[in-house]
Amino acid sequence: MAEIPEMVKINRIVRENSDTRTFFFGEKMEITPGQFLMVWVPGLGEKPFSVSYMGEETGITVFRRGKFTERLFSMKKGDIIGVRGPYGNGFGIKDNACVVGGGCGIAPLGPLIEKLDDPLVIIGAKSSDGLIFSKRFAGAKIATDDGSSGFHGFTTDLLEKVIRNRRFGMVYACGPEIMMKRVFDMCEENGTECQVSLERYVKCGFGICGHCDIDGFMICKDGPVFCSYQLRQMKSFGSRAKLKSGKKVSVAEYAGWRCR
Amino acid sequence: MGLEVEISGLKLNNPTVLASGILGVSRKMIERVIDNGAGAVTIKSISYEGREGHNNPTVISMENGLMNAVGYSNPGAEESSKEFSGLNDMKAPVIASVIGQETGDFVKVVKALEKCGFSALEVPLSCPHTPGFGTLAGQDTPEKTGEITKAVCSATDLPVFVKLSPNTKNIGEVAMAAERAGASGITAVNTMGPGMVINIEARKPVLAFGVGGISGPALKPVAVRCVYDVYESVRIPVIGTGGVTNGRDAIEMIMAGASCVGIGSAVYYRGIDVFRKICAEMEEWMKKNGYKNIEEMVGAAHG
Repeated sequence: MAEIPEMVKINRIVRENSDTRTFFFGEKMEITPGQFLMVWVPGLGEKPFSVSYMGEETGITVFRRGKFTERLFSMKKGDIIGVRGPYGNGFGIKDNACVVGGGCGIAPLGPLIEKLDDPLVIIGAKSSDGLIFSKRFAGAKIATDDGSSGFHGFTTDLLEKVIRNRRFGMVYACGPEIMMKRVFDMCEENGTECQVSLERYVKCGFGICGHCDIDGFMICKDGPVFCSYQLRQMKSFGSRAKLKSGKKVSVAEYAGWRCR
Repeated sequence: MGLEVEISGLKLNNPTVLASGILGVSRKMIERVIDNGAGAVTIKSISYEGREGHNNPTVISMENGLMNAVGYSNPGAEESSKEFSGLNDMKAPVIASVIGQETGDFVKVVKALEKCGFSALEVPLSCPHTPGFGTLAGQDTPEKTGEITKAVCSATDLPVFVKLSPNTKNIGEVAMAAERAGASGITAVNTMGPGMVINIEARKPVLAFGVGGISGPALKPVAVRCVYDVYESVRIPVIGTGGVTNGRDAIEMIMAGASCVGIGSAVYYRGIDVFRKICAEMEEWMKKNGYKNIEEMVGAAHG
């Protein structure tokens, strides 16, 4: 067993919006929705990306936010990048589901939605031009912060309305951590189970270095998807995250640092 | 029959010790490792100032082992003293790993961590992939090892384990220097190398630092030989570390002269409950072969 990056060719690149692109590799991989790949750009670094398309082609949907993603955006069809994985646990499939994706957080939820039986999907963004996968999931309810499309408000505001009138077997969420914390709190009040996909700085990807630890849980091995009973044990969920040195800071500071 | 061991005053329920650099980043994580059967745990190395370490990729898995160049990332002594406070409540001894560039840096870290409740200190003078530290800074010579060990031992009442490099020409001499300077035990060994893995399609070394330390099964025979040599050279006990993945490996290490065994890369091969698995395998082998305790196997391959 060896786990070193394998170089794969970028088959095609799809523009999702001005700051988000999906990169497709030709490789077919055995993947569970919610799992991630470690993507290596030689000479620059290696970062985790959730798989957003699975099947004959494997895709990752990337939001441009720092040096690494900037370099990915400069790549063209036919260029090669390194990939290892898939890593992590992925989502557990439950019927009668509601799926909430905020911004680029919709990426890991894409292949999940395709596996679920008629879920209620909420896709949100700051404004209509930031929406991702709204055509791929045409039946989705839309929420925008500025009201430029669909419901005027946060995805969590829309979820609150929806959850009041319907009991779901599972609520799935991915997006900014503050949003996921709100979803979790809402589900707790409502007595509904949820699964959220968390993000932290990942090093090894296979559960030995411990860097992505949140209160004893490893994002890369135990996660990135965590259920309600695990989230209840995580004091740092929605509040603290670690920088590259391991120093703990607020999730807001962490998010800013990740955009360097 | 029992697996209990006592090493330099530390009482362990079994001889498995979490090696430094694996999982030991938070109080919650070491609690989890102890819940999974570790007899003792070593935290990830702490320097006085925080360090970001090397860029990713930092850890890769090869055919016969792991290779890493994490580069001693850690939040620094002050942050770490908060994370690891009140360790007296833990169900197994917790060992702090202390690093520095200058001799005085080690002492500063020891002082910063002194109220945490660590049971012992480990001083690695042997990292092969971090400029300014370990073998890249010449800390693995008998002279430098003696100097740093002496300074650390004068700054603490805790037992001090000095962690040695498998690359040193005469590891016995370095162990003797540590013993003379007051070390309570030797941890043998750190990762070997450094080595390099090149991705031929990318035409680049895979690790961002280029080179990294090798651990896991590839390291085991080298580690067993080092433990054997150290056991011949000193009277202080040895934590045998390097490629131990199952119960038979652990017993081999003990027969080479180790009083307990470090477990690191095996977490990758067999999961976080590898400690419990190794203990069960050791017990089964000991029962079958008529051994009643660990002590009677220590150094059994000598003489």
